[in-house]
Amino acid sequence: MARYLIPLGVFIVLLGFLAVGLKLNPREVPSPLIDKPAPAFQLERLDQPNQVVKLEDLRGQVWLLNVWASWCVACMQEHPVLVEFSKSGVLPIYGLNYKDRRDDAKAWLAKNGNPYNVSIVDADGRVGIDYGVYGVPETFLIDKQGVIRFKQIGPVTPEVLQDKILPLARKLQG
Amino acid sequence: MIPEIGHFALIVALCISIVQALVPLIGTYRKDGAWMAVARPAAQGQFVFVAIAFGCLAWSFVGNDFSVLNVASNSNSSLPVQYRFAATWGSHEGSLLLWVLMLTVWMLAVTVFSRHLPREMLARILSVMALISVGFLLFLLFTSNPFERLLPAAPDGRDLNPLLQDPGMVIHPPMLYMGYVGFSVAFAFSVAALLGGKLDAAWARWSRPWTTVAWAFLTVGICLGSGWAYYVLGWGGWWFWDPVENASFMPWLVGTALVHSLAVTEKRGGFKIWTVLLAIIAFSLSLLGTFLVRSGVLTSVHAFATDPARGIFILAFLAIVVGSSLALFAWRAPKVGLGGTFNLVSREAALLTNNVLLMAAAAVVLLGTLYPLFLDALGLGKLSVGTPWFEIMFPICMAPAVFLMGIGPIMRWKEAQLPDLASRLKWAFGVALVTGLLVPVVMGKWTWLISLGLFLAAWIVAAGFVNLYEQVARLRASGGSLPGRMRTLPRGYWGMLVAHFGVGVFIVGVTMVKGYETEKDVRMNVGDTVLVGGYQFQLEGLTQVQGPNYEATRGRIRVSRNGSEVTVLQPEKRFYSVQQMPMTEAAISPGLTRDLYVSLGEPVGEGAWVVRLYHKPFVDWIWGGGFLMALGGVIAITDRRYRLARREQSQPAAAAATA
Repeated sequence: MARYLIPLGVFIVLLGFLAVGLKLNPREVPSPLIDKPAPAFQLERLDQPNQVVKLEDLRGQVWLLNVWASWCVACMQEHPVLVEFSKSGVLPIYGLNYKDRRDDAKAWLAKNGNPYNVSIVDADGRVGIDYGVYGVPETFLIDKQGVIRFKQIGPVTPEVLQDKILPLARKLQG
Repeated sequence: MIPEIGHFALIVALCISIVQALVPLIGTYRKDGAWMAVARPAAQGQFVFVAIAFGCLAWSFVGNDFSVLNVASNSNSSLPVQYRFAATWGSHEGSLLLWVLMLTVWMLAVTVFSRHLPREMLARILSVMALISVGFLLFLLFTSNPFERLLPAAPDGRDLNPLLQDPGMVIHPPMLYMGYVGFSVAFAFSVAALLGGKLDAAWARWSRPWTTVAWAFLTVGICLGSGWAYYVLGWGGWWFWDPVENASFMPWLVGTALVHSLAVTEKRGGFKIWTVLLAIIAFSLSLLGTFLVRSGVLTSVHAFATDPARGIFILAFLAIVVGSSLALFAWRAPKVGLGGTFNLVSREAALLTNNVLLMAAAAVVLLGTLYPLFLDALGLGKLSVGTPWFEIMFPICMAPAVFLMGIGPIMRWKEAQLPDLASRLKWAFGVALVTGLLVPVVMGKWTWLISLGLFLAAWIVAAGFVNLYEQVARLRASGGSLPGRMRTLPRGYWGMLVAHFGVGVFIVGVTMVKGYETEKDVRMNVGDTVLVGGYQFQLEGLTQVQGPNYEATRGRIRVSRNGSEVTVLQPEKRFYSVQQMPMTEAAISPGLTRDLYVSLGEPVGEGAWVVRLYHKPFVDWIWGGGFLMALGGVIAITDRRYRLARREQSQPAAAAATA
């Protein structure tokens, strides 16, 4: 009796759609910042408050901008990945210490290790707004001309690093 | 140490569930009583260990153990203790643990209340439930371990999402899950019956109260969720057709159909195949809901952190559970045989039509929910189906069903006469018609939807009274006082009446709010007065308030009508410091015929604020109707025939209508 198989048939079709849907990302709205010049900034260094780092200072190299904070639990998760990666020296990593207290941030780096060439301080989150930060951590890959090429929302995992960031960075480095 | 005990308890529970899934089921084929007898203690043991795990997690939350990742991500030491406890199920991992806990609670209930079941039946039921539990415990342990450590420990936690810091959120998930998971019992009964090849009236009578209880819990859970959205989100809406809301609503619609279909199977022996299929679908939709919420295939306000590995796991689980049960259905159902025949005009036919309409409504919701996914999967672009689709299609399915609700309960089984029905219901029809036409005239605004809504609401209630009057009149022959006669009517009958009245009350609420609400978003300075829905709202002042884990601006708004003060409302705009999140805390003055709803929007400079002022007539009837439906379910299961359920032989159908 074929009609008793109808529910199963409908379900299998539905299952197929769900399986395909799993590969798609409904939230994947491409960041408007991709392939756009990185917004300018001029911020104090975390370790030396009297020294200022400007975006122009970083021109001519391919680098990572990692937005982090000592209060951010997910940062704890990605931090070992960054520390390990920084040892390879493939890419310089600059930290944007986001809406944090300076002493907390320093203590956190002292305890968990410091993967950053330099961390700069965005205490009131202004630069974060320019970069469209809506969750910490976020990570940007910026090329020699200062153009944003990739954005990772949420923790950087070893897979993201190997499959997305590194191949793109090698290409950009030429 | 405590988290490790919890983790270990989960592993033990998994081991027990595997034994419980296999041994009793194999026992039924070997006809080995000892093997089958494993089911009951195993189910009870599983409950104990899952409860221990849940207790350990709750303990970690209440005790601020920030070395547990889940606690550090979803709690904070300044969070009040009741919310620290509720935060136990505030995360993906914790809510899954709650899911499993509920499942074991239902299993425990089955072992306690189903002693009279034949041992094969009980063994099969508990095995099927254990199979579900195996899947969820594996899912918990391998992809969503709630006890994962964070070493070194965080100094403090990231706090619970402020939206969830609300009394409604403390009880909404447990209620909703009791309902969701409760359909697993009806599912297990059906699968067990298919396995055993015996689908009879006794089977329907056994599974009916379980289904009704689960349905009542789900009803309450959905109402609480809707009420929460109403007063927490600050927009005054009560239903958003959000995928996650729809995910809970689809099992409810199918569950409603199932409750009615079971009535026919129990009383008339009909609809067996249909009932079994509905039981499978109701639980499948619960699982599908879980998948939709957890996998991130759809965007929703209920954004749990999503992870493709989790999505794949649940999808595989869904495929196994639903696929195998539907395959079993296709294999066994043809042998079941049909129930008694019935005329085109009969209560069976009315119930069948209602079932089909409810399923159509569920299909509308399913289609609307998954439509963006279908398009995306076929490469036709990204879009979402808005509220308009649901608001047109859903009433088209439900309006005829609601009309039939008035007729069905007074129809005779097997064969009814249309002229007879017409003469019995003519007064009810007249009352409904007058209500539908007169109320809009009194209120000063007419649309045909308002008239239709009020007509249907009045129709259900009036037809219910006709039904009650006829029942009491029939008992007059047996003598006795009026209250005495009413007491002899079975509880199942009263439950039906109350639940149907609930639908009427619900429709009144929806119609009145949609038709007559007033909403104003206005800029207000201190001292300003605005008139909304006949009420004057005056902003008297703004103060800063310090909460345990937030700072707030509190407005003071005096509401008066014709010069006399009605109430003072104090809405707040809170800012939660740890989550860096603003929250709108609406102030509501509830009433039987209207809610006054005030929330603070944004400051617009010079001490002025955008203030939302809503006058919502009869809005509380929406939830009142929902709770009445649930109450009807509760009344129905206290029917004495369930207390006498030990009697194996199927009793003659009770005199009164219990559809």
